[in-house]
Amino acid sequence: MVRTMTSDPTAADRSRPGDVLLSVRGLKTYFRLGQGWAGKRDVVRAVDGVDFDLQRGEVLGLVGESGSGKTTLGRSVARLVEPTAGDIRFDGGDFRQLSGKELRRARRQLQIVFQDPYASLSPRMQIGQIVAEPLRLHRLVPPSQTKERVLELLGRVGIEPYFIYRYPHEMSGGQRQRIAIARALALEPELIVADEPVSALDVSVQAQILKIFLDLKRTDGIAMLFVSHDLGVVERIADRISVMYRGLFVEQAPTDRLIRSPLHPYTQALLAAVPGGSSTAGVGGEPHRQVRGEPPRATEELRGCPFESRCPLAEQVCREVTPALEPKGPGHDVACHRVG
Amino acid sequence: MLLSVRDLRSAFFLDEGELWAVDGISFDVDAGETVGLVGESGCGKTIVALSILDLIPYPGRVVSGRVSFEGRDLLDLSPEEMRQVRGAGIGIVFQEAAAALNPVYRIGDQIADVIRLHRGLDRRDAKREAVEVLGAMGIPEPEKRARSYPFELSGGMKQRAMIAIAMAGRPKLLIADEPTTALDLTVQAEIADLLRHIQGEYGMAMLIISHDLELVAEMADRLMVMYAGRLVETARTKELVAAPKHPYTQGLLRAIPVLGAGSDTPLQGIPGAVPDLLELPSGCTFHPRCQLADDECRLEPPSLVDVAYRHRCACYKVSAQT
Repeated sequence: MVRTMTSDPTAADRSRPGDVLLSVRGLKTYFRLGQGWAGKRDVVRAVDGVDFDLQRGEVLGLVGESGSGKTTLGRSVARLVEPTAGDIRFDGGDFRQLSGKELRRARRQLQIVFQDPYASLSPRMQIGQIVAEPLRLHRLVPPSQTKERVLELLGRVGIEPYFIYRYPHEMSGGQRQRIAIARALALEPELIVADEPVSALDVSVQAQILKIFLDLKRTDGIAMLFVSHDLGVVERIADRISVMYRGLFVEQAPTDRLIRSPLHPYTQALLAAVPGGSSTAGVGGEPHRQVRGEPPRATEELRGCPFESRCPLAEQVCREVTPALEPKGPGHDVACHRVG
Repeated sequence: MLLSVRDLRSAFFLDEGELWAVDGISFDVDAGETVGLVGESGCGKTIVALSILDLIPYPGRVVSGRVSFEGRDLLDLSPEEMRQVRGAGIGIVFQEAAAALNPVYRIGDQIADVIRLHRGLDRRDAKREAVEVLGAMGIPEPEKRARSYPFELSGGMKQRAMIAIAMAGRPKLLIADEPTTALDLTVQAEIADLLRHIQGEYGMAMLIISHDLELVAEMADRLMVMYAGRLVETARTKELVAAPKHPYTQGLLRAIPVLGAGSDTPLQGIPGAVPDLLELPSGCTFHPRCQLADDECRLEPPSLVDVAYRHRCACYKVSAQT
């Protein structure tokens, strides 16, 4: 009934079919924990081998529970943390090989909006300075036109001009998130990595901010890696959704397909756990089904399927062989031995 | 009637001014009933719970009103009498189990303390009972877990231990303040199921406080919506969700991205932001964000009046239907 595969005409103009903006292969990001007992050091396999492509103008939703690696994946793609292994091709270039000036230039095209708008804006800068800073650093507009451009950007995110002399502490969480978006927009990026951008906000404000992201997608055709634990939020904005579990993708599919006919037992459990359920029951609907247990620790080397310990369908092969992501339908990939 | 709150007003006396977190709230909870109190951050919903239990931190206090529990006026009790009510009469579960549990005592001992205090069992029986309560809260290997320290448990297990402590005194009312908020989705679902299950088992009343309307709607018989220190609407859950009357409740329900609604269902936020309790707007505190507001709304705050059967709403623009 509802189709998200076909994006809006404006976005479609910009995204020619097969025009890959970001291509990630075999990405791993491991963190070494502090010195353990008897010289043993634990390694956290936050991202444990992930492949995906993102088309120009496309929004990929990245969902998973805390510790699944979704935030680290977003940060690794932007190289805010250095990946341990793997390839990242961005706009045709080898993004992992860049350094210094080249990296800075490439980062113009790739901007990030963080979860906590209280921590991501400098408390000592006025709003106008915060939005002008990227313009100045990248010499995008002559100084005489900076203010005009700043006001234009603030207008895009619904912030009145008189706010430019205010400081972040004078603004609400929702207003701060608008500023963070304006700052990211200043560089006219091709890709925005949005890490739980509405999670810290109240529901009534969350919808306002989500609408701004929808506008960036539809009007500017900006591609996004939209990280969130809230499936209802992701459903509104993403063209495709990837479900992450213990550092791996366990399922990815076009949004409606993933939400209406999930195949991986974990995705099914996740959808069933949403209050209101995955059915169209919505608010006040039937109670959800129960799922037991918690994910395995990412410090242990993976043997078999990461979901095996909680999976109602697990059998011998699941304990021994890690399933690969395989196509099970149009654009629908699942990593599960038990899905036919 | 188990709990009756009448015209409760609680404030914090800060250097910046008086902050009225609870500004004239009245409601009842019947024995065995589940009531949900929902509202966004800073609306004062947690302070309602703390007012009932006389736990508001300095510089706040209950200024006026009446809280009666099983016919006793809680605000008149001595600190010692109040301690008996907390635990034996009313149990509480907080959002952050990690912060509410004592990090240097074993889980089992923390539960046994409650049992000895409120049910008068000796040390050995209390310990045995503690293991039993842990098991009843769905904690696997309860003997082993009773000997664990809080840091050895996962978030979900800590919350179960917290609920075990709250239930150990066999309370008639369990107040759960954001009981699942800090948890992952699948764990949230487990804790919600546990609360439903123990209510069926023990038959106590529950007051569930949360910002998550969807979650509370699944658990509560009745819902109360709070905004800037006041109740703006109360009704039976099904009715409130299906036919909300107050513009704030309507806006809140429209703003929730309900899963499965489809990506082209328009999402509507409520303009503006939740007001700062130190600088409350005049009259109806929702008026600056309300499409329907006119001069009348800016003068006096509307009171909660019946608009339908067991459905109350505080809005000048909503008239009673017969």
